[in-house]
Amino acid sequence: MSTATAQKPKLKTSAMIASIAGEGQRTQSAPFGHALVELAGTRADVIGMTADLGKYTDLHLFAKAYPERYYQMGMAEQLLMGAAAGLAKEGALPFVTTYAVFASRRAYDFIHQAIAEDDLNVKIVCALPGLTTGYGPSHQATEDLALFRAMPNMTVIDPCDAHEIEQAVPAIAAHKGPVYMRLLRGNVPLLLDEYDYKFELGKAKLLRDGRDVLVISSGIMTMRALEVAKALADDRVDVGVLHVPTIKPLDIATILREAGRSGRLVVVAENHTTIGGLGEAVATALLSAGVTPPFRQIALPDAFLDAGALPTLHDRYGISTEAMARTIKGWLG
Amino acid sequence: MDSSLTATHAHLAERAYNIRRNALLMGEVQGQGYVGQALDIADVLAVAYFHAMDYRPDDPDWDGRDRFLLSNGHYAIALYAALIEAGIVPQEELETYGSDDSRLPMSGMASYTPGMEMSGGSLGQGLTIAVGHALGLKRRGNKSFVYTLFSDGELDEGAVWEALMSAAHWQLDNMIAVVDINNQQADGPSSQVMAFEPLVDKMEAFGWFTQRIDGNDLAAVIRAFDAAREHPGPQPRMIIADTRMGCGVPFLEAREKNHFIRVDPHEWQLALEALDAGRTA
Repeated sequence: MSTATAQKPKLKTSAMIASIAGEGQRTQSAPFGHALVELAGTRADVIGMTADLGKYTDLHLFAKAYPERYYQMGMAEQLLMGAAAGLAKEGALPFVTTYAVFASRRAYDFIHQAIAEDDLNVKIVCALPGLTTGYGPSHQATEDLALFRAMPNMTVIDPCDAHEIEQAVPAIAAHKGPVYMRLLRGNVPLLLDEYDYKFELGKAKLLRDGRDVLVISSGIMTMRALEVAKALADDRVDVGVLHVPTIKPLDIATILREAGRSGRLVVVAENHTTIGGLGEAVATALLSAGVTPPFRQIALPDAFLDAGALPTLHDRYGISTEAMARTIKGWLG
Repeated sequence: MDSSLTATHAHLAERAYNIRRNALLMGEVQGQGYVGQALDIADVLAVAYFHAMDYRPDDPDWDGRDRFLLSNGHYAIALYAALIEAGIVPQEELETYGSDDSRLPMSGMASYTPGMEMSGGSLGQGLTIAVGHALGLKRRGNKSFVYTLFSDGELDEGAVWEALMSAAHWQLDNMIAVVDINNQQADGPSSQVMAFEPLVDKMEAFGWFTQRIDGNDLAAVIRAFDAAREHPGPQPRMIIADTRMGCGVPFLEAREKNHFIRVDPHEWQLALEALDAGRTA
């Protein structure tokens, strides 16, 4: 090995299948796949459908347990959604998986017309939400919440961790109507079990109270917010965290109650573009009710994001724990 | 009328006449409508609803019914005409066509109309939904057929070919699709907008049991539906129906071909008279 090569720094890489979990973090394997298998044991109408991404959405566990209830539709997302509508009409309860980009962008009209307009019982569960891959904009679903929020009849869920995904699967099955749920796959962080947390569809939950800052967050940003709260506690900044896994319908009452408590900076944090997601939903709810605390957004920019290693990108776009803590401290002055 | 027509044919010819008449009456209500298409597809609908399909007019959601999915939602005027003739939609509702709060909107929507299985305004979706119905029926051991009507313009949509490929993959022998080749889509003759021929070769290559017929030859339509239902193989079944827009009303059929045939206010009555003349000829 030449000296020059030896001195060359090791480049960070972006693995497609990398877990979102940090080093040493507690995780649980494939919570969605296991929860769906369990649900299917109690409900004969549950079927699994995918467009060539069974292995990449943890649906392979269901395929193995219930091969006769598994529909591989090929790499054809429009067909996937249309066929899911037809199966739902015939009494099945389809859990449909693909990547969030393909459901939200490529198959949008099929979901809109074939599923949502008819208010059909189809659960669309999608991996790689927001910025959870470094593969580039083709796979980074940074506007999925905005698109599905805008669709009438659609319920939109952004779960935080394995504990929540496990509970959300039977909950969305029990809800009648179409649901879009973001999916964390593979080794998924596990933390909400420590907060005595229970997922309830349509409910926001205060995970931690704090006098100085209220972070209103969904998905993995709730995990970040809880880490930020611990980090800032050392600096005597008291951060509360309100977790809002149901983006639509929004739990406006709880949000107004918490954000209406005076003297706190309200920060909405989401793994999504600043446009059309939780931040704008909360802002609309607050303004409409005349509740006007100091308000800030931590979210991804309105831009095509870079490819690269995920930790690098989370730092670059301000959604890593360190970047988020820095930003909030800056706002507090 | 061709003297070789059997009693069945005569019966279906009468049904086709009534469908055409209902469609013209609805067109007259609104002063417009896709009557060119309704007139071209009336024979196919007559055979589907009064020869091939099983259903209960007083229970449109009966689980044993054959499903009929209208992919080309703008043909709603034609399907309403058939649903009225079938007794699924009351005759009195005909005059509400396209009006505020009517159950018969201009474009077919599942939530509005009894017997309308899907919302079809966004073209190219019907076959994908039909694949789901066909899979769902097989899953439950239900022997009903899933019929889908779509238009030649929809052949331009990629999702149609996704569905065609998958129907053969899943061996959906309970699926019968009819494509209406009237060679008119929004911007002009369909074969010029996007060359879709040779269509029989394409459908066969995609694994479908395929028949191509004159869709305004009632005897041929009957034979094709019978063969589609009785075909012993595991393939899905395709009927390519070449039709004539305006069929049954000679002066409309002769009019310059257009996706949306213009009918002047005084012409609706003339069209009904021309239809009557053809019936008694």
